[in-house]
Amino acid sequence: MPGSDSTAHKSKSRRPKYSQFSQQELPAFKLILTPGYVISTFIVVGLIFVPIGLISLFASETVVEIVDRYDNECIPKDFRDNRVEFIKNKQTNKSCTRTFTVPKQMKSPIFIYYQLENFYQNHRRYVKSRSDKQLQSKKNAAHIRECKPMGETDNKDPIIPCGLIAWSLFNDTYGFSVKGKDLKVNKRDIAWGSDKNYKFGADVFPKNFQVGDVGGKSLNSSIPLSEQEDLIVWMRTAALSTFRKLYGKIEDDLQANDVITVVIENNYNTYDFKGTKSLVLSTTSWIGGKNDFLGVTFITIGGICLFLAITFILLYVIKPRPLGDPSYLSWNRNSTPTPGR
Amino acid sequence: MKRYIYINDDETSQDLYCANRLSNRKYTLMNFLPKNLWEQFSRFMNQYFLLIACLQLWSLITPVNPASTWGPLIFIFAVSATKEAWDDYNRYLSDKKANEKEVWVVKQGIKKLIQSQDIRVGNIVWLRENDEVPCDLVLIGTSDPQGVCYVETAALDGETDLKTRLIPAACMGMDFELLHKIKGVIECPGPDKDIRRFDGNLRLLPPFIDNDVCPLTIKNTILQSCYLRNTEWACGVAVYTGNETKLGMTRGIPEPKLTAVDAMIDKLTGAIFVFQIVVVIVLGTAGNVWKDTEARKQWYVLYPQEFPWYELLVIPLRFELLCSIMIPISIKVSLDLVKSLYAKFIDWDYEMIDPETDTPSHATNTAISEDLAQVEYILTDKTGTLTENRMIFRRCCIGGIFYGNETGDALKDVGLLNAITSGSPDVIRFLTVMAVCNTVIPAKSKAGAILYKAQSQDEEALVHAAAQLHMVLVNKNASILEIKFNGSVLQYEILETLEFTSDRKRMSVVVKDCHSGNISLLSKGADEAILPYAHAGQQTRTFVEAVEQYSQLGLRTLCLAWREVEEDEYQEWSLMFKEASSTLIDREWRIAEVCQRLEHDLKVLGVTAIEDRLQDGVPETIETLRKAGINFWMLTGDKQNTAIQIALSCNFISPEPKGQLLSIDGKTEDEVCRSLERVLLTMRITTSEPKDVAFVVDGWALEIALKHYRKAFTELAILSRTAICCRVTPSQKAQLVELLKSCDYRTLAIGDGGNDVRMIQKADIGVGISGREGLQAARAADYSIGKFRFLKRLILVHGRYSYNRTAFLSQYSFYKSLLICFIQIFFSFISGLSGTSLFNSVSLMAYNVFYTSIPVLVSTIDKDLSEGTVMQHPQILFYCQAGRLLNPSTFAGWFGRSLFHAIVAFVISIHVYAYEKSEMEEVSMVALSGCIWLQAFVVALETK
Repeated sequence: MPGSDSTAHKSKSRRPKYSQFSQQELPAFKLILTPGYVISTFIVVGLIFVPIGLISLFASETVVEIVDRYDNECIPKDFRDNRVEFIKNKQTNKSCTRTFTVPKQMKSPIFIYYQLENFYQNHRRYVKSRSDKQLQSKKNAAHIRECKPMGETDNKDPIIPCGLIAWSLFNDTYGFSVKGKDLKVNKRDIAWGSDKNYKFGADVFPKNFQVGDVGGKSLNSSIPLSEQEDLIVWMRTAALSTFRKLYGKIEDDLQANDVITVVIENNYNTYDFKGTKSLVLSTTSWIGGKNDFLGVTFITIGGICLFLAITFILLYVIKPRPLGDPSYLSWNRNSTPTPGR
Repeated sequence: MKRYIYINDDETSQDLYCANRLSNRKYTLMNFLPKNLWEQFSRFMNQYFLLIACLQLWSLITPVNPASTWGPLIFIFAVSATKEAWDDYNRYLSDKKANEKEVWVVKQGIKKLIQSQDIRVGNIVWLRENDEVPCDLVLIGTSDPQGVCYVETAALDGETDLKTRLIPAACMGMDFELLHKIKGVIECPGPDKDIRRFDGNLRLLPPFIDNDVCPLTIKNTILQSCYLRNTEWACGVAVYTGNETKLGMTRGIPEPKLTAVDAMIDKLTGAIFVFQIVVVIVLGTAGNVWKDTEARKQWYVLYPQEFPWYELLVIPLRFELLCSIMIPISIKVSLDLVKSLYAKFIDWDYEMIDPETDTPSHATNTAISEDLAQVEYILTDKTGTLTENRMIFRRCCIGGIFYGNETGDALKDVGLLNAITSGSPDVIRFLTVMAVCNTVIPAKSKAGAILYKAQSQDEEALVHAAAQLHMVLVNKNASILEIKFNGSVLQYEILETLEFTSDRKRMSVVVKDCHSGNISLLSKGADEAILPYAHAGQQTRTFVEAVEQYSQLGLRTLCLAWREVEEDEYQEWSLMFKEASSTLIDREWRIAEVCQRLEHDLKVLGVTAIEDRLQDGVPETIETLRKAGINFWMLTGDKQNTAIQIALSCNFISPEPKGQLLSIDGKTEDEVCRSLERVLLTMRITTSEPKDVAFVVDGWALEIALKHYRKAFTELAILSRTAICCRVTPSQKAQLVELLKSCDYRTLAIGDGGNDVRMIQKADIGVGISGREGLQAARAADYSIGKFRFLKRLILVHGRYSYNRTAFLSQYSFYKSLLICFIQIFFSFISGLSGTSLFNSVSLMAYNVFYTSIPVLVSTIDKDLSEGTVMQHPQILFYCQAGRLLNPSTFAGWFGRSLFHAIVAFVISIHVYAYEKSEMEEVSMVALSGCIWLQAFVVALETK
């Protein structure tokens, strides 16, 4: 071809640059799922999971937990048919006394929780009704847009802390005694450190806050928000409609068969929506509170893996099949084409 | 609409037509934003996302920060707008460069240097050698005394040979001075995009004496973007300027092609949308009911007693927004992104570089690579596509004597050489026709050797062969042609050239022997275009046999003929021809009719046979692709026998015992109908047998079949895996593509020449071979490759990988969006159906962008099987063809997978924190990391 020299020279530059990437020749590793790999993977997973499950179950078993539901019992007999009225009436005596026995020795610290059921802290209207900015710093006092419908008083003064969550703060109180001796309840350090230090300002003081008429607790306006640990705990909204929140800690050991007497101020209204209230005392282990779920799950998965491994071994022994047999390819086997690769 | 152009008239030419200002821009600075936004919002997906984003502005219902939708939306819009803007800016720059180029133009009788954009219709433009032509011009003068100039039209049609252009007869012999003052009128049609036609008239105004109407053809024009070569200067009248030039009219954005995968994704998106609506309605209703029965009792939620009219809508709309993440906003962008990477892989592929010219393959259309794997029919051209299109003169039959049969090379045949030395008149005349009857331009190289520049490879082969047989075409100078034969120089004056068209299938020249003054007509053409016009006394049997024999060997045949023309007859005919050439309407047809009047009573001289070798690897490629379940149709303009021979030699059809070739023929409707039914009957019977049945049809029968028996022919098309269609015109090729497309087949058309362009544009995928017939096909195509054998790699490797990757990526995008959406839905069941979002805006955005969109891009370099395995077992392609990796059932699998994973992730995350103590933020983080791990696991598992 005439002039081919010049075109060849010119088109040298047209040749794209070589690289492994552009030629799709990057080194690659491909795992082929041979029976050996599959079986050994299952066995390894099973062998790891089952012991982990057993250990966690054991840890969960060592936790001692006392749950006492008191919302029904703490209504005087005369008001049993009219609970809502009882709880809303300010004149009624809301104190009530409960006793229970410690089943096993409980080592300190013993955590005191209150547990609410059928309480939707995760309701959209509720979750959103707070102003993180206002909680954080004094200068954001007027940041109440998100707090609707509980942002300001009737006189248009901003409420601090504003919003439905703060407004409905839990206000039952508990007093503990064993054998006639009062147990000290430590209510410090029950909230997250980060919440206390960063999210709730030390210069923000409650202002225009409710005085306990409709909803929950009232706040001492001389204590900054960062010290109001009950509020901080409450403001961490729960994900489920049944939830526990930390009330305080007992820093004494309790012996088995000790009888605990609790004096409860039953103030919080859960009767409107048929919610329950319980008091929970619990010790902890390395996996936290009592939780069998993790252990059971680990054991189940480990068990399934072992079972599958055994099944595959049996299949492999009884009916072996050479690896990469082309006669199994769909076009070599006209009768029944199988989907999938 | 006709145009009247007043040459060199500064007053009238001013404002009637647009100035020569090129503008390829889509936008201006002012309209960019609205126009671009409008274009983007005409897509359904974008409208949907905009609606969602707008709803999110309503803080009562939005579950998350509006920024989480507006951010990506604006980002996506910005990306595509920036891309458009960048492209447009580049177009603007190149326009500007062209517009500001300085050219010599005559203004008020003086030659001035002005910017190209100021040229007006009617101006006289002067060009020097190697100048680019700034607008479409009608030539009126050149430096050549014969009025010829040479142009290179590569930018226009990709053909690299030089073309001659003539000044019209009326302007012949004008000198420099006169050309400045010339006045006249050019009558021509309105702007169109046909670069092969220009039907105009020129009339010079007094004081020029010759004020006859002078016809103008495309030969008298030089078009925008061509280059003036081998000519010192030329000048012409601007007839079309700016965007109205032939080139300007051809430009334009071709309709975007939608791939099967895209269509499927759209369908699935629609299905998800319906699912989403259902979920929203169910959850919304349940939410409203729950609100009325339960939530009103919950004093801490503080529902107002009175509510606005839209209250009923609030919860459903919240769920709509919550569920809007089901349709991943990023899917289009990431698909576009990876598809352009696939295209780049094709461009970069070392194994698809033409070793001869070093031309890499190129993907012009970056959006359709996965369609390559779903091709079911390949329609291929023959010449230049399957064959090399390098023509070599092999045999000939002159006056009944066969040359070259023993040696296989007529040039070395002693008998022929002897006949030449002995001066046998038939042989000499035969050689003369070979050397004269063509449009080849000889050019002397610096070393003194003669180079032939030809548009047609056949002509080049004939001229070369003639030269080797001592009949050397030395020089072509306007109308005088010089031939050297055995040392003596013969001169011919070319009186007329009766051009080749694909309808006429022959070309002729009328020449006058300068020595004797005799006028003769020399013709060459296809056998059926020459032999019927032989004069009554001549026996054409031997020629028919020769044609038969040659085409059985797979050679291309041409018949050569001549006759003497009387002076009177020529004069009379010449007038008719002139008149026909100056008609503005149906000129081509009129000329063909007039030509017919001269081309009769021919004395047939002989038959030439030209070999066109098969390209390397063609049979293997066809065999492999056929194993992959792809059906082949060959569409060629060539003769039936040649086509069948080529088909046999390249595995296209199998020889007798194994294969069967049925033929549909007939000249009338009835004959075609009968033959069609017969073939159909055999087809139906043999479908069960393992026999390769193919049918062959010629252009004439095809025309009838397509017109009257479309249904039967369609059935035939579905039944047969192979077909050969010969003698078909470009538009028939396109029709066949349409036919197969209408049966819902994915078609790929591959070709190399201008006659394949329509077929390539019509097909789902057009592949052009950047071959020797110019680049026209390659330009129009979606992919251009150097050799036919690269098709195998294009389909099996690039097509298949693209399909697999796109199928994975698109379904994965839905999977990960559904996963997170299901968790949201589950959470809404335990949050009082109030539409609370478990996840906050930041984590949602991070999930969509960092955790899922970017890592999955790894799958774009994923290979499930090695290239070698795929090439060895082309059957693997069945999966892609049948769309096994992306269809409603695989999608249902992914859907189920996301549902299952969501359940697992949700259950674990609400229980893991001794559940009574779980806080929303903790749960949300646990669930999110669960999703991230799960999807990463899926990516790792699915990519190999």
